[in-house]
Amino acid sequence: MSVFRRFCTALLSALLILVALPLAAQTADAPIQRLLQDHAEIIAKSSRRTIGPAIDALGASDLAQAQTVLEKWQAKEMWFNKDTGLFVYAEEIDRKTIRAFDFDDGSEIGEFDDKGFKQLKPNSGIRGLIGAALVQFQLKNPDPTVRAAALDSIERDADATHLLALRAVRDGETDAALAMRIDRLERLLTIRFADTDAERIAAITSFEGDLGVDVRAALNPLVATVVDAAAALPEDADVLRTVTPGTDLLPAAQAYEILVAGGLAPPRISRADQKAALIDNIQGTTVAGIEVASLDAQDARDLAYAALVRQGAVEEAATDADVARALEAHVFFERLVGGAPPVALAAQAVLDGIEAKVAVNQSIDLGLDALSLASIYFLAAIGLAITFGVMGVINMAHGEFIMMGAYTGYVVQLFVPDYTLSILLAIPLAFAVTFGAGVAMERLVIRRLYHRPLETLLATFGISIALQQLAKNIFGTQARPLTAPGWLDGSLVFNDIVSISYIRIAIFVLALLFLALFLIVMNRTRLGLEVRAVTQNPRMAASMGINPDRINMLTFGFGSGIAGIAGVAIGLYAKVTSEMGADYIVQSFMTVVVGGVGNIWGTLLGVTMVGTLQKGIEWLNPSNTLAAQTYMILFIILFIQFRPRGIIALKGRAVEA
Amino acid sequence: MTDTTSLFPKYAKSRPFVARHPSVLIFLVCLALFTLGVTILSEGFGIGVISTSFIKTLGKTLCLCLVALAMDLVWGYTGILSLGHMAFFGIGGYAIGMWLMYARTEIIVVQSLAAAPLPPTPQEISDGIATQIFGVVGASEFPPIWAFAHSLPLQLAAVVLVPGLLALVFGWLAFRSRVTGVYLSILTQAMTLALSLYLFQNDSGLRGNNGLSGLQNLPGLDAVPQDTVSMWFLWASAAALGLGYVFAAWTVSGKFGSVLRAIRDNEARVRFLGYSVEAYKLFIFTVTAIIAAIAGALYYPQAGIINPAEIAPIASIYLAVWVAIGGRGRLYGAVIGAAFVSLLSTWFTGGQAPDINLGVYTVQWVDWWTILLGLSFVAVTLFAPKGIGGILDLLEQRRSPDRHGADLGPDAGALREKEADT
Repeated sequence: MSVFRRFCTALLSALLILVALPLAAQTADAPIQRLLQDHAEIIAKSSRRTIGPAIDALGASDLAQAQTVLEKWQAKEMWFNKDTGLFVYAEEIDRKTIRAFDFDDGSEIGEFDDKGFKQLKPNSGIRGLIGAALVQFQLKNPDPTVRAAALDSIERDADATHLLALRAVRDGETDAALAMRIDRLERLLTIRFADTDAERIAAITSFEGDLGVDVRAALNPLVATVVDAAAALPEDADVLRTVTPGTDLLPAAQAYEILVAGGLAPPRISRADQKAALIDNIQGTTVAGIEVASLDAQDARDLAYAALVRQGAVEEAATDADVARALEAHVFFERLVGGAPPVALAAQAVLDGIEAKVAVNQSIDLGLDALSLASIYFLAAIGLAITFGVMGVINMAHGEFIMMGAYTGYVVQLFVPDYTLSILLAIPLAFAVTFGAGVAMERLVIRRLYHRPLETLLATFGISIALQQLAKNIFGTQARPLTAPGWLDGSLVFNDIVSISYIRIAIFVLALLFLALFLIVMNRTRLGLEVRAVTQNPRMAASMGINPDRINMLTFGFGSGIAGIAGVAIGLYAKVTSEMGADYIVQSFMTVVVGGVGNIWGTLLGVTMVGTLQKGIEWLNPSNTLAAQTYMILFIILFIQFRPRGIIALKGRAVEA
Repeated sequence: MTDTTSLFPKYAKSRPFVARHPSVLIFLVCLALFTLGVTILSEGFGIGVISTSFIKTLGKTLCLCLVALAMDLVWGYTGILSLGHMAFFGIGGYAIGMWLMYARTEIIVVQSLAAAPLPPTPQEISDGIATQIFGVVGASEFPPIWAFAHSLPLQLAAVVLVPGLLALVFGWLAFRSRVTGVYLSILTQAMTLALSLYLFQNDSGLRGNNGLSGLQNLPGLDAVPQDTVSMWFLWASAAALGLGYVFAAWTVSGKFGSVLRAIRDNEARVRFLGYSVEAYKLFIFTVTAIIAAIAGALYYPQAGIINPAEIAPIASIYLAVWVAIGGRGRLYGAVIGAAFVSLLSTWFTGGQAPDINLGVYTVQWVDWWTILLGLSFVAVTLFAPKGIGGILDLLEQRRSPDRHGADLGPDAGALREKEADT
């Protein structure tokens, strides 16, 4: 059986070779094949270091088939005939047989046993080179998406050849957006790869005031400097300026290291090395005649080391006086290393202009951040502005109402998979849940404790502790997601620096809506009128036919319900945990107190101030948001010293009411 | 003992302090009996019925009773609901913890360097200690606040001075601008929050959220077994509580105490009578902060570890819960409340309480204790403002002052006329 199979295989291969030979001979004269044959040796060798000329030749040739060659080569589909040395591309039919095609006209040559061919398997380095060469063909592709993809790949990893490719297609591009990208990319690559300084400077100045991160990335290496030292300041053009050692820019120790590295001064000895040297020279119980036991102070060790130097046992090390003298005797200066001095100076000038513009834009961005933080605090605080500000009830469980709202949203999303619909459902549901909880709490607890604010504070603390633990028992301690609908993903981008996520815009809009709702309810509805009447004088209000108990209950429910909606919004922005309300409660009370109790505009001012302040402190100390919160709370404590009744203080009788 | 004692102070002065306040004597006797009993039952000095870990729990409870006593002075008697006293407690713990940790690490570092060929320099020892202590937060140098950590007397002074100064400055700022009532509570809570957030940072110099650990090991006393050390601390805690109780009882008796209670009941009226309300409040706020810090300095060597979570505002809220449940406005109430609730809390959260199987759901006390505590706190506030201490009134058949239906004022749990006797 096996004998028969071997015989068949042999027969078949002989047949195939017979068929193949004349066909292969046909294509050997095609220009593309000749080009490949010129570099056949290095292509077959397939080494990243030597492959360059072959790829360059393919990229530079005008042959239409060059692109096919590069693509097939990159995809590991190029083979060469071991007998004739001719290149073909092929697909594998099974493990032993391939179907070969001619590069010249793409015609099928036939099916062959793969023993006669060798597959070229370029490594990833070579594939990268091939990819770079392919880009110029892609840039001429009629499909705009292919051209855009080519630009993307140049942006990721550019090299000098791309500059020529871009210049070749710059004027021919028809798509306006792509033309702009090509133009920008061409100038960026000019900065990096152009031959003459004049060209590069022209490209650099064309970017004046451009905020793009890519521009700064291209310019920054040009203005790189190193600190160098010499006995006298050299006259070279690349010397930027002198620096004084011992300043923040150049600490004395670092300056001395530069001298040592430049061979201008002897090295100092570190304490560890000194110790090691002393240990090496211990003889019995002494080092250079000094008792080892007495070497428990740095001065004693310095003396012992000096004694060793006198004995010639160790190298002399620079003393502090030597260091000072050496620093005195040399000039330290910054040398431009990024590029030719005129180019570097031009880049520096453009960068300075950009930095100034960046600073302006960063403060705008910071302002937007502060605004969105302020609107989050406002959402958290507006319910309090009603229950605490208007009614004077301290509700320490307010944060837990926010949490309940957020968990309501989470539970709704468990049942309604559509995020848009679930959020639309969650908002009224969260209001209903927390309204109910608020009404229940008012009836059962707070009503019994009116006029005893400290007791209210304590009782609501108890409720807060219990609710938090209850949430932990039901939902566990890990954070639960509340996913925003897809249309809230992403950011509104103004430029590379200023951007704001849509979710923050949504929270800002929601905060404005809440403000409007509050104002309308309090000033334009009968409920608001009655609330204000009951707040000012419950007995008088009661004698006018208002039921103060009912009004208090509804007001408290309203404030709690708004906290629930705020919980949904905050849950979209941050994760839902049982402690999320507690995170906001102290700040919320602070903002209400800072703004002035009983005045919604005061609360608005309070949150704006607190938000701006916190973002400002974070900007000064970006690594540390905890510190920002700490300092902000300290600031508020101090602020209350000077305006104990807040920014907008109630005056007259209302103060004690 | 009749009502005339407090109505006629001149008459009262003629009798000795203890005779006027028999409850102080009763309390001290109870405390002494408790300590004696525990000593006899302990592993270190007695028959070994009580385990060392439970001795530590008892010692810690005594410290909590002391801080509750301070809270009762400032809240129950003066009406300042401070939500910052557990922060002072924590500062006391940190102050003593710094010395404990430094001194113990120093011993270890010196031991390890003793084997080196060259005797270590002071700088090398200091670097070694710093690397040991701060390696966990990626630092190897001593922050400036550790400048005195090498010296026990200086750190003991810090236990008193740091919280005392903080309370003095904060209290001066707050009382000067007449921040009162709930506003003051929120302000003290903000102070506590700021402090704990600050300590949570790694570069605060106090090892961030790792806190200080290994505090149960007394430097230089490695040979002394923990069952002996735990008894020492129990005795020290009991002595501190006894002294604190006498001091508190002395403070709230007499004219000074009357002014404090008057401030609680109607601050404006006391001010109109010519008293410097701010000075009284500042004094009591600062002194109680110091008492709290001393309690903390005794507590954390028994706990062994302190971290910023212990300072978080919730701890101070629990302190208020203990005092309220025990019965504010009476000193023994605070002690009873702290001991009762914290021991119960240990029992429930330690997993010793049996779970209740309801068929569909098993109530695990580790999870449900906090809810029970929160709700019982609401219930106490609503229905038993006098707390557990109120039960004693029932036994004695005392009646609250009859004000003919008027509200009992800002603090319904207080007894006013009668409490000076307790």
